[in-house]
Amino acid sequence: MKFKPTLILSAATLALGITSGAQAGTLEDVQKRGSLNCVVSTGVPGFAYTDESGEWHGFDVDFCRATAAAVLGDAKKIKAVTSTGKTRFTLLNSAEGDVLWRNTTITFSRDVGVKLRFHGVNYYDGQGFLVSKDLGVNSAKELDGASVCIQTGTTTELNLADYFFANGMKYEAVPIETNDEGRQNYLAGRCDVYTTDASGLAATRSTFTDPANHIILPEIISKEPLGPATRHGDDQWSDIVTWVYYATVTAEEKGVTQANVDEMKSSKDPEILRLLGVEGNQGEELGLPADWAYQIIKQVGNYGEIFDRNIGPNTPIGLERGLNALWTEGGLQYSPPFR
Amino acid sequence: MNDNAATPKQEHEPGTHPNWPAPILTSGPIAWMRDNLFSSPFNVILTLLALWVLWIIIPPIINWVFIEAIWSATDRKDCWAQMSEPEAGACWAFIQSRLSLFIYGFYPEAERWRVNLCFVMLILFLLPILWDKCPGRKYLLWYCIAFPFIAGWLLIGGFGLTPVPTNEFGGIMLTFIIGVTGIFFSLPIGVALALGRISNMPALSTICVIFIEFIRGVPLIALLFVASTMLNYFLPPGTTFDLLMRVLIMVTLFSAAYIAEVVRGGLQAMPRGQYEAADALGLTYWQSARLIILPQALKISIPGIVNTFIGLYKDTTLVIIIGMLDPLGIGRAALADAEWAGLAREVYLFIAVFFFLCCFGMSRYSLYLEKKLHTGH
Repeated sequence: MKFKPTLILSAATLALGITSGAQAGTLEDVQKRGSLNCVVSTGVPGFAYTDESGEWHGFDVDFCRATAAAVLGDAKKIKAVTSTGKTRFTLLNSAEGDVLWRNTTITFSRDVGVKLRFHGVNYYDGQGFLVSKDLGVNSAKELDGASVCIQTGTTTELNLADYFFANGMKYEAVPIETNDEGRQNYLAGRCDVYTTDASGLAATRSTFTDPANHIILPEIISKEPLGPATRHGDDQWSDIVTWVYYATVTAEEKGVTQANVDEMKSSKDPEILRLLGVEGNQGEELGLPADWAYQIIKQVGNYGEIFDRNIGPNTPIGLERGLNALWTEGGLQYSPPFR
Repeated sequence: MNDNAATPKQEHEPGTHPNWPAPILTSGPIAWMRDNLFSSPFNVILTLLALWVLWIIIPPIINWVFIEAIWSATDRKDCWAQMSEPEAGACWAFIQSRLSLFIYGFYPEAERWRVNLCFVMLILFLLPILWDKCPGRKYLLWYCIAFPFIAGWLLIGGFGLTPVPTNEFGGIMLTFIIGVTGIFFSLPIGVALALGRISNMPALSTICVIFIEFIRGVPLIALLFVASTMLNYFLPPGTTFDLLMRVLIMVTLFSAAYIAEVVRGGLQAMPRGQYEAADALGLTYWQSARLIILPQALKISIPGIVNTFIGLYKDTTLVIIIGMLDPLGIGRAALADAEWAGLAREVYLFIAVFFFLCCFGMSRYSLYLEKKLHTGH
């Protein structure tokens, strides 16, 4: 047999020894690109979802828009890098995304082990229990012997075991994979109780045909502080994300809203003036235009407005502020001073 | 039937007997039912049981899918308000409101004519390839070779068209892009790998064996993860290599390795004499492969090849893991909209029907091709 010379494709030479990951200068990259890449979820009710025209909305997405408003002056210039729970950190660490706004619980291992930088808690969540009113239960302490729908392989599974063990109660686990599955199983009566983060429970309950017949028990059995994250190694960019979040909180505290932000520019309160860039040079120190926080509030709104628009009492999700009220109103949302 | 009874009197002259239809109990639907459904008491019971189960299942499904279904509504509550009771029927209004998202993903609205044009061109592309009596086939085949490149230009833009970043691709369009590209490029690569693997050149066959066995030994998900995340660690910082392109390459290589094994099966199923006859005729390697070996080997491999293609097509849904929104991903993101959330059944049924139509079409075509090419040995 005769062979003519065959073209053999040479393997692509991999540039060994070059470690990517943390690069300095995310701000310049974003400004050069003209759009902000946010790692968001593939879909969590109230936090990240698409509307009919394919626009992204939600609590997390609004914070992404706030970041874009501060950095690029235009809240529309975002690109949603959708991620699952498994891929979110690799997407961030491999620089596919500039910042992660994706209901992510801050934990020791994520902060230290995955080498992320977390920037405050923009939503305090916790694991709760959803039960039907027919069950006649008013407290999680009365759930001895109940069957519980629980997502496998999550921290909620471990929290549940701990809680029931600590209170000397027994339960029967009904393992489920996704939220939709949990909803179907719960409605079909395959479990008495559905447990996951309280915000998720409220969102799920809002999709029932008879939401009023189901209650979320008052006990919250775990701490799930959700917040934004960036890569290690770019302190300037980390500062920007941190203070974008603080700007929304401070604005609410000072009563600066989307509607009155222009009038507030002539306010007598020096902190408002510093926040809006009328006085001081805080924008410059961050490497941003002087009106960065003004753009956030003008285009997206303050913390309370973002909350109410996406997950507040008047939305189908219908969450109360609770722990997420300002510290002045008994909650935990607290911003260091703009000074 | 009454063979044992007394033979009836012959009333016709020999040769003038009219052709009577067969007795009703030996042909026609009644006979078929007697033979197949009610041939024994046990079968009678099974048949009645099956009819009863169908009677239980089918009317509620038809009722849910068609009769009680709502086709236009503003949100879930509105949808449920229009039904006799909430969830009594399907709320297709949800699918309708997201239809453009399901088809085009996040492709900019002003540029969607380009996607439409590509869909039309895809049909023109498939026609001459799948139908050998297509008029002007010779010329159209040239178009077929050019099609992937024209379609790529139309979709991505540049050279006079507004560029559209590939992360705005999504939905059915993304499924088609990955599926068609994978199928189009994996067949020639797979055939080349199969020929390489059985080649007499040790170096070539070793390379092919290593490649095929490596790809077959690693799950597609792992390859997709490598494509989406690991490559960025290897490439120099700042190099951007389009994610969709990486996925296309991985999917193509993955399916090429499987095609190679299917085709190798076909090559080995051919009698040794065919190879020797080709050599005896003095044909060169490429001539014998083109004229004698491959036409026969590929014909034997058709079911396996189409099987691999169907698998590849369904595997495109895996890209949701790396954050690309195929119809399944679009459905998930849409279900998170609190206005509509809770309509998971409608979404998944819609996607299932879409995939079923595509895959069933492929499998029927493969049957047709097998029959057409069957030469009786």
